Amino acid sequence: MHTIENMNKPFELACKRKLNIKQGFFLSLIRTLGFSGAITLFLILSFVFYNGFQVLSWEFITEPPIDAMTKGGIFPVIMGTILLTILCMVLVIPVGVITAIFLAEYSKPGVMLKSVMMSIYTLAGVPSVVFGLFGLGVFVVMLNFGTSLLAGSMTLAIMILPYIISTSEEALKAVPYSFKEASLACGATKWQTIWKVVLPTAMPGILTGAILGTAKVSGETAPIMFTAAAFFSPGVPRSVFEPVMALPYHIYVLATAGTHIEETRPIQYGTALVLIVIVLAMNLLGIILRLKQRKKRAW
Amino acid sequence: MKWQTKERLVEISVSSIGLLSVIVLLLIGFFLFKEAFYIFYKEGVIRVIFGSQWYPTHEPPDFGMFPLIAGTIAVTLLTSIMAIPLGLGTAIYIAEVANHKVKEFLKPLIEMLASFPSVVLGFFGMVIIAPILSNWLSPILSEKLPEMLRNTNLPFISTTLADFCYDKLFIASGLNITTASLMLTVRAIPVIASIAEDALTAVPRTYREASYSLGADKWHTIWKVVIPASVSGLSVAVILGIGTIIGETMIVLMVAGGAAVVPHWIFDAARPMPAAIAAEMAEAPYKSLHYHALFGVGAILFLITFVLSMISDFISRKYRSVRIGEKV
Repeated sequence: MHTIENMNKPFELACKRKLNIKQGFFLSLIRTLGFSGAITLFLILSFVFYNGFQVLSWEFITEPPIDAMTKGGIFPVIMGTILLTILCMVLVIPVGVITAIFLAEYSKPGVMLKSVMMSIYTLAGVPSVVFGLFGLGVFVVMLNFGTSLLAGSMTLAIMILPYIISTSEEALKAVPYSFKEASLACGATKWQTIWKVVLPTAMPGILTGAILGTAKVSGETAPIMFTAAAFFSPGVPRSVFEPVMALPYHIYVLATAGTHIEETRPIQYGTALVLIVIVLAMNLLGIILRLKQRKKRAW
Repeated sequence: MKWQTKERLVEISVSSIGLLSVIVLLLIGFFLFKEAFYIFYKEGVIRVIFGSQWYPTHEPPDFGMFPLIAGTIAVTLLTSIMAIPLGLGTAIYIAEVANHKVKEFLKPLIEMLASFPSVVLGFFGMVIIAPILSNWLSPILSEKLPEMLRNTNLPFISTTLADFCYDKLFIASGLNITTASLMLTVRAIPVIASIAEDALTAVPRTYREASYSLGADKWHTIWKVVIPASVSGLSVAVILGIGTIIGETMIVLMVAGGAAVVPHWIFDAARPMPAAIAAEMAEAPYKSLHYHALFGVGAILFLITFVLSMISDFISRKYRSVRIGEKV
């Protein structure tokens, strides 16, 4: 039988093959692009780990730098970053969570909600060096904190605020409405419901956001450059009004501004390794916590 | 205290703390422009923005910001060429092509890359990429390649193209805008990819099913259905990615070369705006003209990212209203 369909068969097959080739080409292109980020991450990590491990030792982590920072460890540097991060989180979490409660529970559609959302959105896009300028002008000079732990932590807190707000808000909004209804039906007030039911249920999610925020904060350099970081300080600061050394700033200074750039190369690698380990550990912790919550969730 | 009063008090205090982010944003804007005002007032807006000489420490000083702005533009363009296809490609791969296991592996990885300290990226660029470019790639491209081309004795290729390679592919220093753009690409990929991935995942499954049922294959469905349906979300991803590139400080500070001149070629050094602020703020005396000029640079940066945020907010708002209207 020579129907039109049959006559067209070779042509159709050719078309199909062409389509398959096209699809195959583009899909494999996308596959390659898709792994680019992962491959780059792997390359950079192996560079840092390979060079850093040769320097890493117990003394490197527990002793202060000596001989104009060409020898010795980075203990005050690690402590500085830890203190900056902890103080920043202590400052930002209450404000962030309360703002999230406002957005998730109290806000009504209108100008106020719109302007709050808009500000959070805009703050999230402001370059970190601009936060540094703001911190320098307001905290260091105007409020007269000086280049200090406190000024740096406050600058970092403002920088990470939008992130904490949005992760907390997401966690609060994930609490099922029936939980609130049950609480309200028992005669609890709105605040009692939020305090006793919504917050505890959302707490794991809020904490996960905070941990991921910690990872971001501890790697930031630009905001602390002129607000907190010191080129050298002998030990752990005794008050919040003293400058601190910090891991990211230490890498930057040793790699670019020091007089012994080549001699301190091993210390730079070691510092980079310690920073990466802290950041990635926090990240992994956050990601694992999030996966666990997703599995445990019974509603 | 009556419980109603207590509730009211709580509501008022929660709302006022909720307003804090608005106040912070206003304060940042106000403070930047207050400190920046003086330089624009003293030197004139046109002269500051379009002046081609940035010599803040000379006597008398020059505060033409054009080289800094040009540096930012050059780095941003060069990075966009690489980062947008890579970022969007990653997003399409994760959202549309990858199977479940690969997806669960790649997504956290991209997230990790997003919070990777940029100072380490800058360090990597300085120690690895820059030497590769100047010690290894440059001799090949500007010496061996022209020689090979000359030996071919073909018209055009042995003359013009060989001369071009000899002149233009010589890399004097590894610290240039190409190195900076390579590292900035690493910084921008996760930003673009994660937002774009959300946009792609938000496309209803029914769209894809309709396309498949009409006989379209996977690539056709992605190209003709999923991407057009999520184009506003994808453009938000690109805009926010560009915002990240413009504001990124440590990478351009460490690897862009630092010369405050307008770059003319991809292997020229530059000093983008964030790098100028970070490098010079420590030396600028408080309330000096230089100090105000750096706040001026900061104010311009703030304004650019503000406008980018507004545009992307506008797009995503519009997009959301459309999507609710045609909800399936």
